[in-house]
Amino acid sequence: MRTPPCLLSLTLDSAVLNLSNITDLSPLPDHILIELFLRTLRAGKLTERVLKLFIATGKDEVFSLIQALNIQVTVNPVLPTRALNFDLTSFMNVWRPIFSRFHLTIVKDPDLKEELKIPEGFNLDVYKEPDIDRVVGTSTSIIFSGYACRYFGYLVSRKKYIISMDDDCLPAKDNKGFLVDAVAQHITNLTTPATPFFFNTLYDHFTEGADFVRGYPFSLRNGVTCALSCGLWHNLADFDAPTQALKPEERNSLYVDAVLTVPARTLMPISGINIAFNRDLVGPALLPCFRLATEGKFRWETMEDIWSGMCVKVICDHLGLGVKTGLPYVWRNDRGDAIASLRKEWEGVKMMEEAVPFFQSVRLPQEATTAEDCVIEVANAVKEKLGSKDPVFAHTAKAMLDWVKLWKSVGGSSSSPGA
Amino acid sequence: MAEPATATQAAAPAVALLKDELDIVIPTIRNLDFLEMWRPFFQPYHLIIVQDGDPSKTIKVPEGFDYELYNRNDINRILGPKASCISFKDSACRCFGYMVSKKKYIFTIDDDCFVAKDPSGKAINALEQHIKNLLSPSTPFFFNTLYDPYREGADFVRGYPFSLREGVPTAVSHGLWLNIPDYDAPTQLVKPLERNTRYVDAVLTIPKGTLFPMCGMNLAFNRQLIGQAMYFGLMGDGQPIGRYDDMWAGWCTKVICDHLGLGVKTGLPYIYHSKASNPFVNLRKEYKGIYWQEEIIPFFQQAALPKDCTTVQKCYIELAKQVKEKLSKVDPYFDKLADAMVTWIEAWDELNPTGAAVPNGKAK
Repeated sequence: MRTPPCLLSLTLDSAVLNLSNITDLSPLPDHILIELFLRTLRAGKLTERVLKLFIATGKDEVFSLIQALNIQVTVNPVLPTRALNFDLTSFMNVWRPIFSRFHLTIVKDPDLKEELKIPEGFNLDVYKEPDIDRVVGTSTSIIFSGYACRYFGYLVSRKKYIISMDDDCLPAKDNKGFLVDAVAQHITNLTTPATPFFFNTLYDHFTEGADFVRGYPFSLRNGVTCALSCGLWHNLADFDAPTQALKPEERNSLYVDAVLTVPARTLMPISGINIAFNRDLVGPALLPCFRLATEGKFRWETMEDIWSGMCVKVICDHLGLGVKTGLPYVWRNDRGDAIASLRKEWEGVKMMEEAVPFFQSVRLPQEATTAEDCVIEVANAVKEKLGSKDPVFAHTAKAMLDWVKLWKSVGGSSSSPGA
Repeated sequence: MAEPATATQAAAPAVALLKDELDIVIPTIRNLDFLEMWRPFFQPYHLIIVQDGDPSKTIKVPEGFDYELYNRNDINRILGPKASCISFKDSACRCFGYMVSKKKYIFTIDDDCFVAKDPSGKAINALEQHIKNLLSPSTPFFFNTLYDPYREGADFVRGYPFSLREGVPTAVSHGLWLNIPDYDAPTQLVKPLERNTRYVDAVLTIPKGTLFPMCGMNLAFNRQLIGQAMYFGLMGDGQPIGRYDDMWAGWCTKVICDHLGLGVKTGLPYIYHSKASNPFVNLRKEYKGIYWQEEIIPFFQQAALPKDCTTVQKCYIELAKQVKEKLSKVDPYFDKLADAMVTWIEAWDELNPTGAAVPNGKAK
């Protein structure tokens, strides 16, 4: 008969399961600490935050293990918080099992006057107006207000992958009723190839049980690096104000169990609510440059992410990188009155009608091989082709050039050339 | 989701949409037993059975269906010398059914495809979903991240240009398959046990400028808008290649749809595909295609149709010309195929006289 596990072993297993609630490991005796480390590793739960906990104990054996195993962590969730939501307690707590594993960057909207309330137990950096001013100068910091505050987080991060999420999003449930780990899904999307040159009718072949179908050219089956992963939303989907006002009761409950690559040369609205990207490859291409005169504090009063998204897509197409869309879903809280927003002049709609044909036809020169080069080319094209149509575009073109300069000076090493 | 619905589960819809405007085209070489299961959904519609193989064999059609049946003798009799463009000993012969139909819409299905169940266990009326897909617009010029915006409960997302929200007419509805997925022979050999159990609850428009592998197992289209492009090529008996019929039609169709501003949808409905064909037999058929594909795909990706090609026929004849010019050097087969493409259009025009000189969408 097998001997049942001893009490210590059971305790260690329980500790591994509850790592997200542990904030200090220093009271543990050395031999137990090492055993906990190994079990954590085996369980796949050695995240950046947990790693820091172990390192904080200062024990040599832990250090030698880490060195011997060459452990590195590369993901960095960035959380923008806009005005109207200074109390992040419930948001952070509900995401704790998923977020606590990573280093978080929280960027506070400079227009938000209240102090942020953040619960304990997370490994994070918080950037507020004074920090933003310090890094980029007070005249530049103006671009980081509202939803655009998240771009500051992208700018100062030094990690390879960034996951960006609005603070009115909660974990969604999949079609079996399980909570979706949005971060894990985004990472899977970013670390598996994309297939933008030919459409696979069974969608992303890197999901279990799917593969390339008959007729899919073999030479295209390796795919290309995925630079951007766009997730979706349950409950309050990302509709514009007119749609939301027309259908106030509409809530998105459909769980479409697919990830797919958006084909090359096809544009799409890239929402900033739930996205992830490879900062090394396309960091500078996500830019806070398109600001509506009537931009407000609800998502449907902004277009900054839509503009940024079209730039990124055009640049990815040019550099031969992939953009995926679909899973993961997040659950978005109800808020705001769309009809009130409609009273503002709906200039965003007008702008899109000009912007879309521009992006559909813009072509970048072969010499543009990095994201920075591409942004400069797009900015010049915007100035040339759209500048005269509306002053907002002329302003945007200049802002894009300023952004590249800012990125080069503050954003760390320049991005790697496209795949 | 790994089993098909049973016959008793499938309930006939209250209204059979497009009952007098749609034909169901079924190629068969064995029998039509599978129709029993589809009876509640198919019975209101007219069937066109294209019998492949030995014409002396009698294919029994289950009682109660309204149908016309054509075997090889019929095809030869009706088309005369032009019958050479219709394949023999390959399901590609089904396109004869498209030609001979007098209806506006076609739904085609293989005889090893059964009624599937959705995740709630309900039998899927694939025909009804195809009709919904065809009757609602497509959006090929800008991708909607919430998929088909015309579906119940969906809409255009923020940032989708308002000027593009009317969409364009849908020419093709491409359905998918649960259980045995449509893999090529090499994939079948490597993964003989893989089954598709993932029900992806979406319909989406394949963007303009993007090609895709069109499978003929579960396919519907607007015959009036795109019928002449649905030629399934020269396959099977006496030909160097097989299992590329629907692929060829799909690539021609997509290029022409992109040129004429028509939409192609893919996704729902699912059918349950029950028979896995022999991968070794498939490999022999596909072998050349796997190599030729590498030339064919760039050809279609770069194919440009002149502005004066304003009808499907004109587009198709122009494509045939380009196939002859650019692909003959890959293999003399393409020379024959280009000729067959022209023969197909000639045969189509003969059997459908009013359609000949009338621009898209206005015929009949």
